[in-house]
Amino acid sequence: MPMSTRHILLGLLAIGPRHGYDLKRRHDERFPQARPLAYGQVYTTLQRLVRDGLAEIEETSSDGGPERTMYRRTDAGERELADWAMSVTPPAPFVANEIFTKVVVAILSGGDPAAYLAAQRASHMRRMRELTAVKSAQGADLATVLSADYALTHLNADLRWMTTTAGRLATLTAEVDAT
Amino acid sequence: MNTTEPAPGQPLVTARELRKAYGSTPALCGASAELNAGEILALTGPSGSGKSTLLHCMAGIVRPDHGPVTYRAERLDSAPEERLSELRRTDFAVMFQFGQLIPELTTVDNVSLPLILNGTDRRTAQKQARTWLERFGVLDRAEARPGELSGGQAQRVALARALVTSPKAVFADEPTGALDSLAGEQVMTELTSAARESGAAVLLVTHDATIAAYADREIRLTDGRTATLEVSA
Repeated sequence: MPMSTRHILLGLLAIGPRHGYDLKRRHDERFPQARPLAYGQVYTTLQRLVRDGLAEIEETSSDGGPERTMYRRTDAGERELADWAMSVTPPAPFVANEIFTKVVVAILSGGDPAAYLAAQRASHMRRMRELTAVKSAQGADLATVLSADYALTHLNADLRWMTTTAGRLATLTAEVDAT
Repeated sequence: MNTTEPAPGQPLVTARELRKAYGSTPALCGASAELNAGEILALTGPSGSGKSTLLHCMAGIVRPDHGPVTYRAERLDSAPEERLSELRRTDFAVMFQFGQLIPELTTVDNVSLPLILNGTDRRTAQKQARTWLERFGVLDRAEARPGELSGGQAQRVALARALVTSPKAVFADEPTGALDSLAGEQVMTELTSAARESGAAVLLVTHDATIAAYADREIRLTDGRTATLEVSA
């Protein structure tokens, strides 16, 4: 299982219910070598954790200021995190390796690598739209924009590689089947 | 024909199973797309996949050989040329890779032109044109001619010209294709925020995924056929 913001946030929620802002601050303090999390990314991820039943909303308060939502981890979230923490991190540094493996497995097992690549592409595009929305939001500071740009540039590199691979599936299938 | 406005998310321009060939070269072999009111839709695909042809068919610039194109309840593929010209002046706007500004006219005259063609008096048209030039940060270039503008400035002027008539649909064919990535992103930010404010739908043809990521959803073309990767969110 690859490392992801959701697992990091689940890990940070292990110490008790927290606000999104607090999670972002703790992440940046605890992982100083990592890129600081963008607020948009934290909130999007928290919403997904809630959607997937891995976290839930503890309370929403405003105290006269802007509305703040406190999140807590669920039992399912705790299990998910434990599974992730025990899994071996793939030694490959590039996501393309994982995708390539899945494509080859699909060929070997008589699956549909083109459909997989199309789905992977759609998933990449969805993430790119989210990041584009984060950086295009009114009032986004330059650090947020540049951080989103960095991710977008890398996702785009993966995506271009997938497009090229999709165009070469016939040759790849012949090679895989021949060996 | 401007009867009831389609609600946001309802179909505005629809193409069904379009076929189009240029001589013996097929460009579209069963391409379908639905541009909904108020949405930004990206048409993507490799070179020669038919995405520009599909945009031209949906904008009423090119007639498909087979298959209906509908704008609201009106068939465009069989509409008379005068009606298509009228729609292009009133309801539709088109942007291309190179601004296609008229080189002899100043920037402000280029932007005023669509309004004047629609019967707006010159003074009012120029005033509105200046408002749009200001919005896109190129008011100081109002008296310049297109040859004196940078690529990014020219596309901002083209954007102002596209939006000055408050169109219902903007058809943008590689609008950032001639720009460096930063200028391209600035034009896309302006285009998408202005369209969202005015409620105009945008059909965006691009081969660049970072540009397609400004859209709400994507339709992908391969060899003249469309495959919808996902429904709109």
